[in-house]
Order: sequence, then C-alpha cells, then structure tokens
Amino acid sequence: MSIEDRLDDLEEALEDQLEENYGECKWTRANGELTLVVPREQLLAVMQVLRSYHDLGFEQCIDVCGVDYAAYGHSEWNAEDAPNTGFSRGAEREAVTDFQVESRFAVVYHLLSLSHNVRLRVKTFLDADYPVVDSVTGIWNGANWFEREAFDMFGILFNGHPDLRRILTDYGFIGHPFRKDFPLVGQVEMRYDEDKGRVVYEPVTIEQRTLVPRVVRHDYRYEEGCKPVKEEEQADG
Amino acid sequence: MAEIRNYTLNFGPQHPAAHGVLRLVLEMDGEVIQRADPHVGLLHRGTEKLAEHKPYNHSIPYMDRLDYVSMMCNEHGYVGTIEKLLGVEVPERAQYIRVLFDEITRILNHLMWLGAHALDVGAMTVFLYAFREREDLMDCYEAVSGARLHAAYYRVGGVYRDLPDQMPRYEMSHLGSEKEVKYRNQARQGSLLDFIEDFTQRFPGYIDEYETLLTDNRIWKQRLVGIGVVTPERARQLGFTGPMIRGSGIAWDLRKKQPYAAYDKVDFDIPIGTNGDSYDRYLVRIEEMRQSNHIVKQCVDWLKNNPGPVMVGDYKVAPPPREKMKDDMEALIHHFKLFSEGYSIPESEAYFAVEAPKGEFGCYIIADGANKPYRLKIRAPGFAHMAAMDEMTKGHMLADVVAVIGTMDVVFGEIDR
Repeated sequence: MSIEDRLDDLEEALEDQLEENYGECKWTRANGELTLVVPREQLLAVMQVLRSYHDLGFEQCIDVCGVDYAAYGHSEWNAEDAPNTGFSRGAEREAVTDFQVESRFAVVYHLLSLSHNVRLRVKTFLDADYPVVDSVTGIWNGANWFEREAFDMFGILFNGHPDLRRILTDYGFIGHPFRKDFPLVGQVEMRYDEDKGRVVYEPVTIEQRTLVPRVVRHDYRYEEGCKPVKEEEQADG
Repeated sequence: MAEIRNYTLNFGPQHPAAHGVLRLVLEMDGEVIQRADPHVGLLHRGTEKLAEHKPYNHSIPYMDRLDYVSMMCNEHGYVGTIEKLLGVEVPERAQYIRVLFDEITRILNHLMWLGAHALDVGAMTVFLYAFREREDLMDCYEAVSGARLHAAYYRVGGVYRDLPDQMPRYEMSHLGSEKEVKYRNQARQGSLLDFIEDFTQRFPGYIDEYETLLTDNRIWKQRLVGIGVVTPERARQLGFTGPMIRGSGIAWDLRKKQPYAAYDKVDFDIPIGTNGDSYDRYLVRIEEMRQSNHIVKQCVDWLKNNPGPVMVGDYKVAPPPREKMKDDMEALIHHFKLFSEGYSIPESEAYFAVEAPKGEFGCYIIADGANKPYRLKIRAPGFAHMAAMDEMTKGHMLADVVAVIGTMDVVFGEIDR
C-alpha cells in the first residue's frame, strides 16, 4: 500500500470520526502530509479520538513544538529606494508589531500510527495574550518533555501538565528565547568578575548583525502547476 | 527511633559516565533510586533559532553538531526536508551514496555507543577495539568531505562531490617506520570503494571479537539483563524510536516502513528484542551493525557499476560546475545568487524523518516564502529517550543508572540542540 493510499484511508477515517462532533476541525493535504487544524477548546477531545479510535490509532506522539507566527512573511530586504540613496545592504530590522494577536502562537503535534504506518500533523492556534492549551501528557506520556520545551522556548502554558518547568535554558533565565521578539544575541551576557569573585550577568554589549538579509521572493518555480500566467496571455484571454 | 530520610545525590554534569553534560538529581533511599530528575540543556546552543537567521544551505553544518557521533544522518534529515519542500529529485547515484554513508555512520555511532557503554559498565578493552574500527570509517569521511567528523557532505539535491578514485594514504613521518607505513597502506591502494569493500570483509570478524568479549560475559550479563526493562506498550507511550523501541520487540524501522533514498532497493533485516531490557538492546545494536555492513556491501557493488551525476542539475538549488562558470554568464549568476542570497522556498511546511542510529531524527520546517526557514524544529530521538530516565531507573540501584544512560545511547548535542 503506497503512502497516498494510506493517507486516503486516514482522510476517510477522520471524516467518519470528526465530522459529527468536531465539525470545526479542518484538514489539508500537501507534500504527502495531512495537517489537521483543531480549535484549542477541542484539542484534548480530538486527540483522545485520534489515539483510541481503531481506524486512526495514533499510538505515538513523535514531536510537539511551538511556533511563533509574529514575523511570518516579513522581509528585511530594503532595496526599494536603492536608486535614490545609493545601493546599501540595508537589512531593516524593526520590531514586528502588525501580527495577528488571536493566532500568534501555534502548537504543532506530529503523531505517528505504527499500526497504519501513517503520520498526522495536528495544529492548534493560540492567541498572544493567553497562550494556554490543554496538555496531552495524559494521552501520550512521551509528550511531557516536548511540552516543557515549548513552554520554555515560547512561553506557551500547558493546562494539566504534571511538571511544567523550564528545561533547556539556564537556571534563572528570563524570557522565552524562540519568540520572534527575542533577539538572536540574547539580552544578557555573563563573565567572571574578579572584584566580586563570582560570575555576573550584564546586558549584552554585542550588536546583532545580519549577514544575509531575509528576502521573501514570490518564486513559484517549484510548485506544481503554479507557474504565473503571463500578463499578455491574460489580456488575450 | 531515628528518622529515615531520602538522600539527594547530584550526578554530573562533570561525571565520566554522564556522556557529556548530563546533570541528574537522584533521590535515593539507601542505594535505591526513588526518583531521577535529569537536568538537560547545558549544551543548548539554540540551533533552531540560529537556523532561522540563515539561508537554508548555511545550516547544514549545524546538523553535524547536533548528534556529533552520527553526523551524516542528521544532514540527511535536514536536506531531505528541504528536498521535500522543493520537490527536488535526487540522482540515483547520490541516493546510493547517502545510503552508503548513512550505514557507515550507523556503524560509527554503534561503535561509539558500544565502547562507551562497555566502559561505563567496566570493560575497558572494547572501547579501544571500537576506536580501532572507527578510525578506518572516519578516514572514509575524510576522503569524501575533508573532515573526519563534521562533514557537511550532503547537500540539497545530492552530495557535495563524487567518491574519490584514490583513497588517501599514510605518508612517512619521523615517528613511524617504512614497514609500518606500508602495512597501514595495504588496504589503501585502490579507490575509496575498494577500501570500504575491504573493510566490510574485515568487519564481521571484528564484531565477533566484541561479542567474544561481551555477549556471554558473566559480568556484562549481570549488569545488563533485566535492567531498564521497557514493555512494548510503554515504549509506544513514551515516544521511543530506533533500537530503543526495537529492543522492546516492536519491528519498527523507518528504512523499511517508510523507505527514503535507496533503502527500498537494498536487502536487510530488522533485528528485534524480546524482553525489552538493556541486554536485548545491546544485541539489537550488535545485529544492526552486521546488517549495516551487509547494506554497505550492496551499495559498494552498485556504486562500482553505475557511474552518474551525484548532484541535481537545477542550478537554483545546486551550484553549477566550475568549468561552466568560466564561459557561461547564466551559470555565474546562479552561482552568485545561490551563495549570497540562497533560494527561496514557497509558503509550505513539511516534516521528514530518517532512521538515525539512535532513532527517528526528523526536521519540521515552516517556510514562508523567504530564503531562510521561518521555523525549524529538530526532532531528536535522544530527547524522548532521556525523558524516560525517571521511569527506567526507578527502583534500580545507583550503579544501574550508569548502565541505563549507556543503553539509551544519549548524546547531548542532539538533546540540548
């Protein structure tokens, strides 16, 4: 059975199970993968279905990760007025403020079904002011550390998590480093202070550099059947 | 009556058996573990955040530094994800080269694991034996990429260059004798493939040597049998992959179940354990080395008979050849664009996983149309295994903690990322 057939079966099973009670769940299929978007209130119930219903049977939670969508699609490249000002490698780095508050964060779960040999990505969006979602550690015990990581890196809170502590950052760390408004160079640096005889933390002195600016190109060369139609042809048609 | 209290013990981060920088806070009742709380993150470098600030290609060398004993498998996971996003078809020869080096990497990793695990448990010799063979395999790394560890050999669209026709040889130095140099160069007279072929003929004998030292060794069995038992049900729950889940008796291997590269064209078996203890996982990994050796052999045969390109011909993702740039304007532009700005990937997301020696190594990339990934999430197998530390050591003795760390085959480069 090819991967496409298995995904067809999965779509059918999803339709059977979710249509009635969880109509708000939508899924899309791209790159040979299924992505299921679940409203956060229903997450726990839907996950329970995905885990226990036989035709779905996602026994493993392979990965949980947070995403911060605040700077999505944002380009640093500023060559628009290059003819007026002379060419400069101007990479503009401004704080992004125009993000959508109600869907700034997302938690992405990658589930794997060993019995059906198929994967599913479950995504749930969270707002910027109250990024709280139910923990799935009760369904998959292995999600424990992954959720701790998402909390540490993005400040996403998991309701019902048994032990929500920081995991990767230093003891006493402030902030959530993978958020888009957290600078790459960090906020503090540490050194050994000889007078005080201990390690001290100070605000960073180095400045963040951009070697290659972030450029968004509308380049659909690689997408199948997505070649942009030439303007002349459009006019003719 | 005296009050009995649990004793808290700090294990690591500077402990030879901590495999790097693990800090374990152990709550003990006498010598029995009540609770193990691993503190990880001492090697956290923020690889994922760094990758978000670099064009796609610049992050390939970071992948080597994640799980620094299975370098090329990590690269495979990363470039595989990008190829999936771009829809790039990798030439067949490059796919075989990738399988060849994935398996060499698996042997490298398992040798490192075997040596370190045995050393932790108290056997010194195996470590020296294992490093003897690692030397040969790292020479293969060096021959193709110039680096013994951090190769950056896999590129989006194929591999950096074809296999060399001549295996590099040892030169005379003031330390060695001529006779010794001649002896060391014996297997290096032909091409790299000849050298690897010679290695595959020698290697099963070496595995027998390790097994002679360990498999029926009474001390080895006393230290491993029945230690860190994981039932199949728990292995699934805890997100185990790789030898950890196979040791519990579940025949799950991405190379077989979801084949990538040329794994559907080579013949091999998946070994599984029955009891789910450390000893079974030891046997599984030993057999995996034999299977890897078998795969390497098949790849060598195929590669000897099938020359061809090792890099895709699309100059938007792969650099054009040097000669072409001398007289072709387009090629020069492509080269400049590729190495300055890089390529942009249209809005999409993908997850691609490979069967790394330690388990499922996957990359999840969200692309927003820019020349840098919007979000890169690295799914490291060791992270899920380390999370089970508490469960696996509970009720065991302090000395067994070391055996459990060994059997999990943890490397902190990938756990802390």
